[in-house]
Amino acid sequence: MKKKEVPQDKSNLESANFRELCYAVDENGEYTTENSTGWEPKTVALNNAIEEIHERIEDAKHRVIKGETSPIEYYMELHKMDVGILASYVGFWQWKVKRHFKPSVFKKLSEKTLQKYAEVFEISVEELKSMHR
Amino acid sequence: MKHETKIDFTHHQSAHCENGVVSNLMKHNGYNVSEPMVFGIGSGLLFCYIPLLKVNHAPVITYRALPGHIFKKFANRTGVKMKREKFSNPKDAKARLDENLEKNNPVGLQVGVYNLVYFPDEYRFHFNAHNMVVYGKKENRYLISDPVMEDVTSLSEKELEKVRFAKGAFAPKGHMYYPISFPEKLELEKAIIKGIKDTCRSMLAPVPFVGAKGIHKIAGLIRKWPKQKGIKTANHYLGQVVRMQEEIGTGGGGFRYIYAAFLQEAGKLLENEKLIALSKEMTEIGDLWRDFALEASRIYKNRSAQTDSYNKVADQLDHIADLEKVFFKKLKKSI
Repeated sequence: MKKKEVPQDKSNLESANFRELCYAVDENGEYTTENSTGWEPKTVALNNAIEEIHERIEDAKHRVIKGETSPIEYYMELHKMDVGILASYVGFWQWKVKRHFKPSVFKKLSEKTLQKYAEVFEISVEELKSMHR
Repeated sequence: MKHETKIDFTHHQSAHCENGVVSNLMKHNGYNVSEPMVFGIGSGLLFCYIPLLKVNHAPVITYRALPGHIFKKFANRTGVKMKREKFSNPKDAKARLDENLEKNNPVGLQVGVYNLVYFPDEYRFHFNAHNMVVYGKKENRYLISDPVMEDVTSLSEKELEKVRFAKGAFAPKGHMYYPISFPEKLELEKAIIKGIKDTCRSMLAPVPFVGAKGIHKIAGLIRKWPKQKGIKTANHYLGQVVRMQEEIGTGGGGFRYIYAAFLQEAGKLLENEKLIALSKEMTEIGDLWRDFALEASRIYKNRSAQTDSYNKVADQLDHIADLEKVFFKKLKKSI
């Protein structure tokens, strides 16, 4: 890549006001660096990934409303987590976290267990139970 | 106890965090070692498909060595001694950090990205192998030199504790590191040769998931995805391949440009014309990786792709794999 070809497309970096560093060659073939505001092919990839996450959140939300899963799964998706990551934050086995997705099991969870999840999601136990945000 | 410590530390932006922290800490101690040099000596370049593992519900490909490896190899090969500490208790972790800052010693930290408040929201995933330098404390805020950022920044005590004790894969556990001793004279020549040999070995490894073979493997998977997984998932997977290749930290082209910069610098230092010529070749390979990303983005942008277009990008990858195979064989012979 030539220095003058380092892309300067609009991207999500703008919101944080930073430009990333790229390596490129100058007109004498010497390696140098150049800042880039973004490159469209990867902005599209990132936006698609984010859209995918939003779909997962919406889907979890509907399933909570329909009584198919507990709010824990909704908050897990909201925080871009999967079962493995959530399990390591709350300190439970994965199968246990998955069990807590069952609305019938969720209803009977102790205050202490709920508190653990609430802390990870940075919400109150009330908010965890009601899925309000 | 002083309430304000600010170590005289110069922040240099880098493409990748791990090289950047090493390069910046070396510069702070009076050794001018560039980011590409750290990357090359530490054998950072790689291609590896990690079967079975999924991140963000998509397959994982890495274009670089495992977190921490660049660092470890660089230190071993140059004879720099590093002190590394992990903690089970955040309080101890904070105390050791403060102690070092009091002693005017800037330290490297491994952190998680998800709670890194100065990153754009869109980039905050559960990725735990980010690196930064802490170079002081002012009004209870830690002064941070994050190598991928253009400028220095700061984090509150609580914010820093959160990222140091992020959970999940590669959990940092407060991981802190800094150089404690240096060789009398820093001799890069031998370290460069070791670094290059190691990279050639892994890129030419007779393992189906690694190096040139790994690239062929991914090309094969891409051909199968649309039929096997459906267009939506195939595009999601393809998008992740491009993101891993081009995301912040790679310097573009899946680290191939940083590696080309290393070969050029190494060629001058060792007075080896072959390395300089190979640097040019690596740049051209990097351009082909960029072409692949561009072509792939056309697929997932339109969302209505035909199997043909998947085959087309897979062909591009097969071509790159062939070129890299020849390239690393030549590189091996050039030193």
